[in-house]
Amino acid sequence: MIPDADIAIVGAGVMGLALAYNLASDRRGSGGKRIVVVDGHYLAWGASGRNGGGVRQQWSTEMNVRLMQESMNICAHFAKRMRINVWMRRGGYLFLARTEAAARRLERNVAVQSRCGLETEMITPGEAQALVPELAVEPFVGACYNPSDGIVFPWPFLWGYAHAAAKHAVAIHTSTPVTAIARRAGGGFRITTPAGTFAAERIVCAAGAWSPEVARLVGASLPNRPQRHEIMSTEPLKPFLKPMVTVSETGLYVSQSLRGELVGGISLPAEDDGGEVRLGSRLAFATTMARALVSLMPRLGHVKVVRQWAGPYDLSPDGDPIVGELPDVPGFHVVCGFRGHGFMMAPVVARHFAAYLSGGRPHEFLSAWSPARFTAGTPPRAGGGEEMFIG
Amino acid sequence: MARKVILCRCEDVTLADVQHAVRLGYTDVEEVKRYTGFGTGPCQGKECLRGIVAAIAVTAARDPSTLAPFTSRPPLVPTELALLAGAGAAPPRPPKRK
Repeated sequence: MIPDADIAIVGAGVMGLALAYNLASDRRGSGGKRIVVVDGHYLAWGASGRNGGGVRQQWSTEMNVRLMQESMNICAHFAKRMRINVWMRRGGYLFLARTEAAARRLERNVAVQSRCGLETEMITPGEAQALVPELAVEPFVGACYNPSDGIVFPWPFLWGYAHAAAKHAVAIHTSTPVTAIARRAGGGFRITTPAGTFAAERIVCAAGAWSPEVARLVGASLPNRPQRHEIMSTEPLKPFLKPMVTVSETGLYVSQSLRGELVGGISLPAEDDGGEVRLGSRLAFATTMARALVSLMPRLGHVKVVRQWAGPYDLSPDGDPIVGELPDVPGFHVVCGFRGHGFMMAPVVARHFAAYLSGGRPHEFLSAWSPARFTAGTPPRAGGGEEMFIG
Repeated sequence: MARKVILCRCEDVTLADVQHAVRLGYTDVEEVKRYTGFGTGPCQGKECLRGIVAAIAVTAARDPSTLAPFTSRPPLVPTELALLAGAGAAPPRPPKRK
């Protein structure tokens, strides 16, 4: 039996759970705000359980930098507030550039970040090597480093939000796929699952790369597409690698978790999976990543890979997220299209989106990321101009 | 006698950890893996999976045959980056006979 809800959230990833927690704990909505979260799988099955756990404030637009400064602040207090160890380590993020063009881009972005009060600095390849002595820096012409970025272990983040949401009377139903959504005359929805049907005044689709499938159930079509990204983890090593290291031109990123393992990925040539989410592991990823990592840090040659896996990026046509009510389906909201950065953005996006859904003032991202920009007749736009994407 | 029973040596997961996860409602192998981190170290579950499944089955009063193992990920055994980096490159030519 699933209880009727004021807001039903489809997707129990970090975005859905963080949203549920923020909605349920928002005082403005207290007294009768019934929140239900449904998901077709177990917690951490989707992209929230498959990502590298990076949390950085280095972005290229002021809005994104400021959002991520706030998100980082939430992350920094998360363990204490939620009473769960999320293995957070703030060793910074090092961006390396091979070409002058990429170095100039970093320079431009560092200027934006400085205006927001971040300590990011352009550094020379030699200074990068002082930070990470294992680096072979010959191919690089420039770098930037922000010491307060960091990493978390994604799984306990989900338990933290889930347990806190449950304490605020949120009903979380895992292994409960939504199979049909009917629009009720006069507003609201009836949601069908194998565990029964329930009513919801509003729906928020937080299903990441699976969001288009959920939206199709109300007859809506979302423009985002899934793109498979792969990632690997090595045996645990003694702590040696301070920052997350990323290479602008290849999309390579690698960090050492508090558990000791190296975790990293790299972009492969984009492959059209025909709109389907595909999660198979490929040898081509393992060999491409291994070659890139060994040339980046030659001393890692004898380090052993223990596991590789895949997760979907959720790409919108202009690269910006899609957040808000669908113009054609009143009461049906989406929060998706985060292009591999949904995990690190979820704490802050969920906070402001929940405040808005509870009657608060809309954050500026709600106009920048509105789904209305994709309705027929709206002239295409360039997106927010964010260029610090990894992968 | 010490009461601490270690089931996953790589990640230091104890019987009490598994029982705690089950009490929170995580009764599938994949859920317990994610909640406790068991099976994510160098052995990738080869040593610990049976013991953990037995602990879940007993604690959750589930028939062990309903507990599927977690998804097995490549590589089959821990593999050096250098070996993977060399894979796919042209094989060395055999020495020419003089």
